[in-house]
Amino acid sequence: MQIAVASGKGGTGKTTVATALVLSLARAFPPDYHIGFLDCDVEAPDAHLFLHPAFEKQQPAIILIPKVDQTLCTGCGKCVEVCQFHALARIGTRVIVFPQLCHGCGSCTINCPVNAITEEADPIGLLEAGHTDTGIDFARGTLTISEPIGNPDNPANETLEKRRPAQIVILDAPPGASCSVVETLRGCEFYPAGGRTHSLGLHDCETNDRNLARDGNSSRGHHKPGRDGNKAIDDFCKAEDLPGFAAHPFDRGIAEGTAKGQPLTQYKPGISRKVPPDF
Amino acid sequence: MILLISAQQSEIDSPVDDRFGRSDWFLKVNSETLEWQAFRNPGSNNRGGAGVAAAQFAADQKVDVAISGDFGPNASTALRAAGIQMILFPSGGLNGKDVVDLFRKGALEQE
Repeated sequence: MQIAVASGKGGTGKTTVATALVLSLARAFPPDYHIGFLDCDVEAPDAHLFLHPAFEKQQPAIILIPKVDQTLCTGCGKCVEVCQFHALARIGTRVIVFPQLCHGCGSCTINCPVNAITEEADPIGLLEAGHTDTGIDFARGTLTISEPIGNPDNPANETLEKRRPAQIVILDAPPGASCSVVETLRGCEFYPAGGRTHSLGLHDCETNDRNLARDGNSSRGHHKPGRDGNKAIDDFCKAEDLPGFAAHPFDRGIAEGTAKGQPLTQYKPGISRKVPPDF
Repeated sequence: MILLISAQQSEIDSPVDDRFGRSDWFLKVNSETLEWQAFRNPGSNNRGGAGVAAAQFAADQKVDVAISGDFGPNASTALRAAGIQMILFPSGGLNGKDVVDLFRKGALEQE
């Protein structure tokens, strides 16, 4: 079972909820039960600040980018035409590649009529894996600074595939509703849609819910109330019949605990009771 | 020479656009005959790669000179590879016609 914690906006409490969930689960299940945690927010992974894993393995995260053999290339421009990201340009009969725009989808390689394109590895980040002292199998991806995001081939992916055999995996999703979020949500059975209850977060909340629905999955709500008492996400969840399971209030104690790098379960011990019994 | 000028609208006296890759329109002007034509920038609404798409358009249109307020790194690389000269106009209220005049007088700066 994979549970992703996602939201539209950043700063809504994804990592707070995800780390609290995984710690509560690790305590609730017997030690031989395999529990995993994946920090998929590759632009700014921060779950390690609360879970303190020891990393045992690391490997570079790569995407495959095209390399054009100019001696074979006929300059037909098919690769330029199929690239949705304008990572290739045809200048005269030569094709130039812009690696930072490439999403590694392989369309150019597949569509080249004379097989002039091969793919080469472009390192974009780091994958790390290890354990916490409570036995949680922890992994994360970190995107190299200056590498643009938007990659379907998010650095956390490979780790993701390897980790999914765990019996329960909590995925801490990136903010927003773009490629890396879609990739994180793929195959998830349900997710608490973390979000401040204001209309800014609502749009992405709806988008993520549609993404999940398309894969035949379901979502459940968790949220932090907006300061203005906006009920936009509440109303959305009611209208879509998404069961909410918890909300956390504005509380100075939560901010203080977070600033000290303490998980919610430590400074709000009662929170574990909010985890639904049918987990 | 064939010029490609980034513009906000589709007329020869439309205000120019300081951005190359993200401008809405391009004015393609023959600097000798003053014949001109307006084209939508095919890359202006792309999430990424607008500069490359715009430079590809310039190369496909076989222009000699691209004129804008600024060229991004990807557009510059592609334009340079295509042998298209990059020329800058100063910011502040110019329209397409003004830029053509300045170009003909040799009063514009090379990128």
